[in-house]
Amino acid sequence: MGELQIMFDDFFTRALIAGIGIAIIAGPLGCLVIWRRLSYFGDTLSHSALLGVTLAYSFSFNITFSVFIISAVVALLLINLQKRTKLAGDSLLGLLAHSTLAIGLVLIGFLTSIRFDLMGLLFGDILAVDVEDITIVYLGGAAILLILYFIWKSLFSATVNYDLSAAEGMRPEVSNFIFTLLLAGVIALSIKMIGALLITGLLLIPAAIARNISSSPRQMVIIATLAGVISVIAGLFVSLEINTSSGPSIIVVALLLFIISLIPLEIKGQLQK
Amino acid sequence: MAENNNLLVKLDNCGVYKSSKWIVRGISLEIHKGKIVTLIGPNGSGKTTSAKMILKILKSDEGQIKNFASKMAYVPQKINIDWTMPLRVVDFMKLTSHINNLEIVDALKLTGVDNLLYNDIHNLSGGEFQRVLIARAIAKKPDLLVLDEPVQGVDFNGEIALYNLIKKICSTLNCGILLISHDLHFVMSATDHVICLNGHICCSGTPRSIVKNSAYIELFGEHNATTLSLYQHNHDHSHETDGRVTNNV
Repeated sequence: MGELQIMFDDFFTRALIAGIGIAIIAGPLGCLVIWRRLSYFGDTLSHSALLGVTLAYSFSFNITFSVFIISAVVALLLINLQKRTKLAGDSLLGLLAHSTLAIGLVLIGFLTSIRFDLMGLLFGDILAVDVEDITIVYLGGAAILLILYFIWKSLFSATVNYDLSAAEGMRPEVSNFIFTLLLAGVIALSIKMIGALLITGLLLIPAAIARNISSSPRQMVIIATLAGVISVIAGLFVSLEINTSSGPSIIVVALLLFIISLIPLEIKGQLQK
Repeated sequence: MAENNNLLVKLDNCGVYKSSKWIVRGISLEIHKGKIVTLIGPNGSGKTTSAKMILKILKSDEGQIKNFASKMAYVPQKINIDWTMPLRVVDFMKLTSHINNLEIVDALKLTGVDNLLYNDIHNLSGGEFQRVLIARAIAKKPDLLVLDEPVQGVDFNGEIALYNLIKKICSTLNCGILLISHDLHFVMSATDHVICLNGHICCSGTPRSIVKNSAYIELFGEHNATTLSLYQHNHDHSHETDGRVTNNV
């Protein structure tokens, strides 16, 4: 127990452990976000997360819980709005993203009594995570991955073709709904560490890297997860070494990996000519 | 009661209402085990919509559907798989069922594409993809198989082979088949029950009886009808350009 205690005493180790946890959850969910073209949806949820954080401060709720509730409400609002108006999906997403962001920012103005780190909220502060945060990430993450495992077949088949999935008894409407909640969940878990602006990056970029170099869905999920973990580790070490903000450093490393992942595609293209 | 045990689906006066009009209406039909029912009709006559109703993808806005099928398999008319999804034939075969590679290869052999097992699905030709779609549906061993223009894009010889396969599957799996097809020759020679659709059921019956029906002749022309039987003109209704029925004839 002594050694483990010392390990968790170091803020950098805590950041690594938390970050790796987030990356492992983000891997498979990120693949689904890419396959279903939901990147802007992820953005909307994370923008609305800001409102969740503000509410958590106002009423001294748990931040993760509060962000999850707000993201889930926004996701359900979106589904409802889509049934009521003929506005395109991206317009509705923009409407929800910016109005929840604005409400969040307005509310922050009222919270003069509390010292508020807006930058920390937008970009996260992974170096400030404590043991409780880590516990939440791993317990929440385990729950998310477990649920995802059980609905995977249904979710995946609906991603390939909704009608086929529905006809062959996969109940895609149920798994779609659960997936939305899981997405809200991963945003809630990572807001403190990565920040509202960068979460979608951690979902998308590793999955995009993986797509470039994989030929089956399973491979893509595994590579996306690995790419996320590598980005977190390398990003954190870079930020420690050259003293940059940790969240953005992780995303920059991921971007570099993405550029490298283009090379095999390029070579394949050349060979086929 | 033996008859009833074989009943898979029964539609009673069903229809789908969408954007303030009826896409199809008054659809009543039955599908039984070991029988092939075909839907024929012009473009936009509601064939796919009717199929989706049977498959429970669309809800019927009137009437009653009874579905006793325990496992349905579907070959959709068209399917687009986005490039962002890396998918090989073998992954696609496992989409909605847990089957092993042996069963997958067996099914792909039936449609003649077992050599494509590990190919990227995005690189298949239209005909190859169609064969994979049919193999996937067969591999599920369904008791109700719905095929929406299953041989589109398949070469001429392949078309005949696939139709023969469909007929064989119907008896080996003892499954009911709903087929949407434009191939009147196959429809008339190999199916048990033909439903002629144009927003509603114009006429239905055995292939032998249907070719004598005036509604069929009006939809498909004298030429197609006379290949199988004598033409007896006997209108009971006619159609406007959008398929609506006018009973003034």
